[in-house]
Amino acid sequence: MTEHFPILILLVPLFGALIVVLLGRERPDQCWVTSLISLGISSLISFFTVIAVLSGKVQELRYRMGGWPESEGYEIGIELRVDILAALVVFAVTLIGFVNTIYSKTRAEAEVQGKVPFFYALMQLLIVGLCGIVMTNDAFNLYVLIEITSLTSYALIAMGNRRAALSSFNYVIMGTIGASFYLIGVGYLYIKTGTLNIDDIHMVLGQKNLWADQSIIVAFIFIMLGVWTKMAFFPLHGWLPNAYAYAPSMTGTFMAPLMTKVMVYVMIRVMLWLFGYKFVYSGQYIWGELIIWMSVLAIVAGSLLALARTDIKKMLTYLIVAEVGYMVGGAWLGNVTGQAGAFYHILSDAAMTFCLFIAASIIVLRVGDSRVNAFDGLFRKMPLTMIGFTVGALSMIGLPPTCGFFSKWYLISGGIEAGHWEYVCALIFSSLVNAVIFFRIFERAYFGKISGVKEDHFPTDSDANPDIRIKEVPWSMLIPLFLASGTVLLLGIMNRSLFEWIQTALKMMNT
Amino acid sequence: MDPIVATFIEENIVPNFNYWIYVILMMIGLYAMITKNNLIKKLIGMAIFQTAIILFYVSVGVKDTAGIPIISHHGSEHHQMAGLSSEAGSTKEIHNKIDKDKYANPLPHVLMLTAIVVGVSTLGLALAISQKIYKSFGTLEEDEILSELRPGGHD
Repeated sequence: MTEHFPILILLVPLFGALIVVLLGRERPDQCWVTSLISLGISSLISFFTVIAVLSGKVQELRYRMGGWPESEGYEIGIELRVDILAALVVFAVTLIGFVNTIYSKTRAEAEVQGKVPFFYALMQLLIVGLCGIVMTNDAFNLYVLIEITSLTSYALIAMGNRRAALSSFNYVIMGTIGASFYLIGVGYLYIKTGTLNIDDIHMVLGQKNLWADQSIIVAFIFIMLGVWTKMAFFPLHGWLPNAYAYAPSMTGTFMAPLMTKVMVYVMIRVMLWLFGYKFVYSGQYIWGELIIWMSVLAIVAGSLLALARTDIKKMLTYLIVAEVGYMVGGAWLGNVTGQAGAFYHILSDAAMTFCLFIAASIIVLRVGDSRVNAFDGLFRKMPLTMIGFTVGALSMIGLPPTCGFFSKWYLISGGIEAGHWEYVCALIFSSLVNAVIFFRIFERAYFGKISGVKEDHFPTDSDANPDIRIKEVPWSMLIPLFLASGTVLLLGIMNRSLFEWIQTALKMMNT
Repeated sequence: MDPIVATFIEENIVPNFNYWIYVILMMIGLYAMITKNNLIKKLIGMAIFQTAIILFYVSVGVKDTAGIPIISHHGSEHHQMAGLSSEAGSTKEIHNKIDKDKYANPLPHVLMLTAIVVGVSTLGLALAISQKIYKSFGTLEEDEILSELRPGGHD
């Protein structure tokens, strides 16, 4: 049974999406339950995959699509491959998809009237695409899956208001350039190696000793540029802030944590599995130093741009740009600590971005204002929401025991180990800026005055002033928030064992 | 013609003319996507850009003197039509003695079938989005849309 897990993770939401579209005509009210069940099953299977891979019986699961046997040592079909790293990311993706479905229950009907079935169908397809990206072992199949995720996310973003449609259009243009660059890179690799399987390409590159070949170097640069465009690595981030800030809230909440992180995973995979340690960190090319400086720039610019925003959602999107800088820098440090830190940050950043986006969406929904001064006195009006927000924010700043602290810790240790002090300084600087950003909000939320309320007066529904009628949102939105903030803490507490699993998996690729 | 230019053309452009065409087309597409003001013109640029990559892949599969990549199982006539070497006798031998140089590489073509589908759906989706933009802004010129947005937002 275990050997079929990789394909089942993909198939359940795929058919779920089809069923939702078919159901949508007759029974639109059942779409939510259907997608909840399908994503629930999918995340359950991926949880068992994590356990299966960890239990030691199988180091990695390999699944040949269509059962094509290998021929003369080369894979001819498409292969799915799940090791511990892939299993963890797939579990994160499906779990966030599942939790976000709970969040969407009320929001989907409010924000995309008449298109609810299509929203759930696209959301499940996006989860399928993301899981496929993580699991596939075929370079061209990776391109197709990247495009599947991109197409669904363009459509999901465009479901919002007119600003969302415009930002989705810009995303289409940027995303197509990125994916096409990746495709060109794969084309060059195919010309040189004659295969598309990631492991086989790596093997042929070694056998034919193509490391210094011009086409391979060009292919590497094209693939990196493509992946960076997709992950919004500064200065290729132009599409991200508007797209995620104006998208319908339940779309932004799960796209912001997932899309960029999965592309970072793709980058690490391409660097270590496709091209290999020797090629990427050989010191033969200057790109290592250059990219660390670019990531320093991304961290500093992302943090400062976030500081300059008064709109809470825009601010969070620029923080994502800074976080992408963390991960790219960590992956390029050239030591296992940095790579494992970057990988651990994929998981922790997914959790904390998810937490913050849900909290911000709830606040914007209830207060009706997305500027920072909307937070005045919110701790008294919406204490539960603000607890969730605080956990996410503390993790973003990097305070223990949240996962943000540990990922930053590992990244900084990696930076010190590699002697890249500029990267270490950028991380600390970004932490400080995050502290300024979030304590500015905490101050307002704790001490800000609620207009028209006496100190001892607890706001009730009957109050005439609309400002003080703000109260907590329904359970369907609070439960996801608490699950997300719980995950932030859990990832922080489990950091040691997680980090060790990641490290052992990455060590094998660093020889 | 200047001899330097002539040798450059002979040594670099003529043998690799497919790559040159793909690069030039790709640059035209990229230029249109980045600089054009009209959203539909941007999309035309995107279509050119994607077609250039398809051209690149397809041209990779081409070999001189190669035929279509179909291996026939029946009758010697078909073998010759398919470009099989004439010494190949029975069907079994044919499978063992397939002459790689007589067949175009089918894999890039198959890959491009998928890429064409992806390209078409991207274009269709982008056209639908631009329709939505037109309905809400009343224009498809980027500067007019941005000037309409400017008074409201401050980003």
